[in-house]
Amino acid sequence: MLQIILIMAAGIATGWLLRKRTFKFINTLLIVLVWALLFFLGVEAGENPAVIEGLKDLGLEALLLSIAGTAGSIALAWALWKYIRHKEGGKR
Amino acid sequence: MKGSLIIVAFFIAGIIVGVTHLLPPMSSLGNISYITLCALIFLVGFMIGNDAEIFTKFKRLNRLYMLLPLMTIVGTLAGCAITTLLLPNRSLSDCLAVGSGMGYYSLSSVLITQYKGAELGTVALLANIVREVITLLGAPLMVRWFGKLAPISVGGATTMDTTLPIITRACGKDLVIVSIFHGFIVDFSVPLLVTFFAGL
Repeated sequence: MLQIILIMAAGIATGWLLRKRTFKFINTLLIVLVWALLFFLGVEAGENPAVIEGLKDLGLEALLLSIAGTAGSIALAWALWKYIRHKEGGKR
Repeated sequence: MKGSLIIVAFFIAGIIVGVTHLLPPMSSLGNISYITLCALIFLVGFMIGNDAEIFTKFKRLNRLYMLLPLMTIVGTLAGCAITTLLLPNRSLSDCLAVGSGMGYYSLSSVLITQYKGAELGTVALLANIVREVITLLGAPLMVRWFGKLAPISVGGATTMDTTLPIITRACGKDLVIVSIFHGFIVDFSVPLLVTFFAGL
């Protein structure tokens, strides 16, 4: 985690030093790297025997738990989002 | 929508390549996914630093956003608690321990394997991978349907690393700091909550 923070700090510093210039290709580079990351994560999941073997027997159970956790967090995040929007709307 | 489909396509292509062993094992490529992630994190940092107004935007950000990690933890645990009703062979603490992984599959699966055995550890591995994948693939749709905090909350412990680039794209640069803060807090909660529920 420390490494991630340092890399981000280096990125912020570099971006700040070059702030006089605009970099239009950054967005394109970002999405291409996201594609690469997803591809590599897919390969890692696919070649992991625990994942592929486990999917057969435990996949449904795991899917149910992740959907339930996802739905629960979406519900509360949505409520907070609406509350913040409501409050900020009231101020303006 | 088109953007999400392309991302799904790359992920599925990766799984097919992984299952069929078309490429040499990832371990022999020297951590290439981590290096890609580091490049992405550098770029996200670059975009923050390069935006002249971003720091004033951060200062104006509502303090209430700091409640998001709490929403994530409570919402996830509530959802997983309800699941207990559908899984008769799992106890409440089993379901809560798996849910407490919040997408941090490496750590949660190792901890749960130690406390509860390999079977529940595998469930934790799969469930938390799926949660990360849901975030990576569904972020744009979640923003459209449930607002900009939804993908950050679903991202759980991963929103300061793996899912940060996708969240930056889907939610905009203004909420990057919320995503980083959220990931940081939830990340720390994972080992505490997982060991707590697995020990019950």
